[in-house]
Amino acid sequence: MARMPLGRPLTLGLIGTAAGLFSGLFGVGGGTVIVPLLILWLAYGEREATGTSLAAIGIVAVYGAATQGAEGHVHFWDGVLVGVPAIAGVLAGTWLQQKLPARAISLLFAALLVGVAVDLVVR
Amino acid sequence: MIAEALAVGVAAGVVAGLLGVGGGILFVPGLTLVLSLHQVDAEATSLVAIIPVAAVGAWRQHRYGNVRLGDGVVIGALSVAGAVAGAELADLLPEDVLRAGFAALMVAVAAQLVRRAWRQPAKEERSPGE
Repeated sequence: MARMPLGRPLTLGLIGTAAGLFSGLFGVGGGTVIVPLLILWLAYGEREATGTSLAAIGIVAVYGAATQGAEGHVHFWDGVLVGVPAIAGVLAGTWLQQKLPARAISLLFAALLVGVAVDLVVR
Repeated sequence: MIAEALAVGVAAGVVAGLLGVGGGILFVPGLTLVLSLHQVDAEATSLVAIIPVAAVGAWRQHRYGNVRLGDGVVIGALSVAGAVAGAELADLLPEDVLRAGFAALMVAVAAQLVRRAWRQPAKEERSPGE
């Protein structure tokens, strides 16, 4: 996959639209689309790609939680029950990431993508 | 049950922090298997859990100097539009075919990541455009 020949703003827009489109279609998208495309198309470093992805995901999650909540699908306290311990997890995860070589992050991410792909097919 | 839910949460957070995903990959199965939510409700509820994860994760990465906030906002805003369109399309398109195609695409992207990592073993990351 060569660098995108498009301009940078257009590439960013394409990455965002693709991430949203796939998450709307399959419930999988967001970070699994944003992180590798930032790395492969815009030459982001691994750490920058994952950090920027989290910022983008925050925006989408707020919108999604609000609309899904209005439709009555959100079990708020169950979300809190898994979401609060996850704060400790993400603190540990981001800390650990700074200690890893960038290439290890790419390889772990590739393993995650293959796992998600298998899950999509057997589902 | 509480202990299992807490463990799912911690694990999802670690994956989110390490790999820059929201954690839905673990939140959704955790909510269905441990807390017995239906799939649609689990996907919706996972968004509530993802908000603090993404916020705290982005904040930490910002402190480490790893967030391009302007780019993140553009991607996030367009993702919202894309998700709305995707949800509409999901009702119209043959989902099994699409899903298999998307899965194949993910494996291809994974191969690209591995190849790139393999080719540049010693090169430490640089900021784009600098």
